[in-house]
Amino acid sequence: VKKEAMDGDKIDQIITKHQGDASALIQVLLEIQSENHWLPKEVLDKVSKQLHVPFSRIHHITTFYKAFSLVPKGRHEIHVCMGTACHVRGAPRVLEKVQDLTGIRPGETDLDLKFSLETVNCLGCCALGPVMVVDGEYHGKMTPSMAEDVLKNYE
Amino acid sequence: VPRINSPAELEELRQDVLSKRDPNKPCITVCSGTACHASGSEKVATAIVQELEKQGLKDEVDFRRTGCHGFCEKGPIVVIYPDEICYLQVTPEDIPEIASQTLKEKKLVDRLLYVDPNTGEKVIHESDIPFYKNQERLIFGPNRRINPKSIEDYLAIGGYQALSKALFEMTPEQVIKEVKGANLRGRGGGGFPAGIKWEFARNAPGETKYVIVNCDEGDPGAYMDRSLMEGNPHSVLEGLIIGAYAIGSHEGYIYVRQEYPLAVENAGMALQQAEEYGFLGKNILGSGFDFAIQVQRGAGAFVCGEETALLMSLEGKPGEPRARPPYPATKGLWGKPTNINNVETWANIPLLINKGADSFSSLGTEGSKGTKIFSLVGKVNNTGLVEVPMGITLRDIIYKVGGGIPGGKQFKAVQTGGPSGGCIPEDDLDIAVDFDELAKVGAIMGSGGMIVMDEDTCMVDVARYFLAFLADESCGKCVPCREGIRQMLKILTSITEGKGKEGDIELLEELAETTKNASLCALGRTAPNPVLSTIHYFRDEYEAHIKEKRCPALVCKELISYYIDPDKCQGCGICLRKCPVEAIEGGKKQIHVINQEKCIKCGTCFEVCPPRFGAVKKISGEPVPPPLPEEQRTISRKSKGK
Repeated sequence: VKKEAMDGDKIDQIITKHQGDASALIQVLLEIQSENHWLPKEVLDKVSKQLHVPFSRIHHITTFYKAFSLVPKGRHEIHVCMGTACHVRGAPRVLEKVQDLTGIRPGETDLDLKFSLETVNCLGCCALGPVMVVDGEYHGKMTPSMAEDVLKNYE
Repeated sequence: VPRINSPAELEELRQDVLSKRDPNKPCITVCSGTACHASGSEKVATAIVQELEKQGLKDEVDFRRTGCHGFCEKGPIVVIYPDEICYLQVTPEDIPEIASQTLKEKKLVDRLLYVDPNTGEKVIHESDIPFYKNQERLIFGPNRRINPKSIEDYLAIGGYQALSKALFEMTPEQVIKEVKGANLRGRGGGGFPAGIKWEFARNAPGETKYVIVNCDEGDPGAYMDRSLMEGNPHSVLEGLIIGAYAIGSHEGYIYVRQEYPLAVENAGMALQQAEEYGFLGKNILGSGFDFAIQVQRGAGAFVCGEETALLMSLEGKPGEPRARPPYPATKGLWGKPTNINNVETWANIPLLINKGADSFSSLGTEGSKGTKIFSLVGKVNNTGLVEVPMGITLRDIIYKVGGGIPGGKQFKAVQTGGPSGGCIPEDDLDIAVDFDELAKVGAIMGSGGMIVMDEDTCMVDVARYFLAFLADESCGKCVPCREGIRQMLKILTSITEGKGKEGDIELLEELAETTKNASLCALGRTAPNPVLSTIHYFRDEYEAHIKEKRCPALVCKELISYYIDPDKCQGCGICLRKCPVEAIEGGKKQIHVINQEKCIKCGTCFEVCPPRFGAVKKISGEPVPPPLPEEQRTISRKSKGK
């Protein structure tokens, strides 16, 4: 994970691809988010100037939609599914365990930048519920003690 | 690729594709939908490619990654054609044997076949598995026969035939008449007749019009739209192009949530292929009709599935709904007439045009025609996506297709329609699944989520869960939704924490009524449904929580205690070692005791106690029996050698 702001060329490329069109704001931000994993203020300033969108609107968008993060992410991203199917199969207890182990709540990143924790509302793998995803790898049929075994493997 | 310029050229191309394929040539397929992917199907696919090479089968056997088969419970799914031999829960380690036994020797690998839990019999062919046998897979079925990334596969099963028919044999008015005649109702939730919606947009004044695919499937527990978009994207495109022609639109959008990366990828690839072949762009198939499509990603907001919020999001704004009327059909994207349908609705169009309104509407009930795809999840044996004719009973879906409730547990309720839906109890399981019948029992069809709940599910907790979801997802623009949901959630949370008071139920009902009547969009207007339907059918559970401080399903943490049954404890020490707060006392050959002061009710002891002992109990609404005096804790009976 890069902690510093991403380089300007890349942002220009993303913005040029959308032809400097203000209505492409969300798509531009999504691309920067997936490239950099979070949206530093300097980057948003640049987007604001180049797309001619007021900063207040960018702030509105980045806080309204869940895909955006205004803080850096940890080395490993944990997503615990809280969809209905996972919920009835015990996801809340898995989440509780993960919170306990990492010391962070959903939406937070620990101080060592090791883990970021998020909940998601359904990953559409309901057959595997409860599901936990770490760095894109799916772990199905989770129990609190299995969650502990999984997280041990990350440094 | 040469562009296709006429229906004759399309048929020529199709014949060309088919002539290169030998239906008798063995083909091994692996499901590559998101759920199978999560169970490791990509590793299986890699193993297949390697093994075909290694065993010298590369030229004799074809290999294909397919769209989602729907039987996610048993993924990764491998099917071998032409015999349609179906292997379930396949791992990479199974592949050498499948190659040497089944592909070379034509023998079965018995242990990978489906076993009917009722008869113990093994089932060889995919379509004979009871899960599939009781379905009617018209829209979803082609998924398993094609590689979603191959337009040739789609052409081989008759793809773009309906587009050709619509463009050359029908006027736009005739297309609309057909869709109206079939009484196709929107599959996204509201159930509004698609043909009427199309007609509004067609008749709305204005040159520029838009058509949109809504693939912002946000209901937790529902993923049929994703599986269609991932598994058969061309069928959605074909439907959209036909709709554009009927409405008179030349620009379209596919709005996909960014949480569905594979759907975004496959939709984008399908678009590109369709452009190359001349199904999109200028002068489609030489008909003179022009149409272009863009894929836009949603940024993670449930409310964007609501059509006016979706439009705001497409315009690059926060997805806050606006009042209707004016409806999008007259004033939609950028203020122009716009028609929005969800993925499944669009995917029904090619079939409807090919078969005609009469044939399409021969399936279903009076008010709901055709089939509907449901995602059958929760406490049910066969979790997965199922497509059934409208009018089938809930009981048949849950028991015949779904195989009933696992672990011999008792069915309690089925929740349909996502967070806006309702819970239906055992007594109403024989109602026909249809837009109007579901509404009568206080639920809705919604986009087709169907979550089965058993005796271990607390209905107050379920209502609280949905309200917590909706409180988080409410955009906050209108007060009744923002505050109504928050207040209902507050009351529900206090009930589940054992702080419920007399009058809470009545207050909930009152708040629900107001939120329902006064909210701006469907999110708020339907948000009280989970509360009202659980109060209606499971009032006794609410009352147990409030009056007896008891959670009958033993779910609500503040109302339960964990307790070790001294008659059953064998002193194995597993719970003692696993307890994260050292709340369990005990030693070798000592009956273990939970210190209730220290216990944080995490449930770890309950989970790790070996099932053959089953000593850890959950209790609610009664005092925890006092611990045995220390001198009586020694276990005298032998646990082994008896």
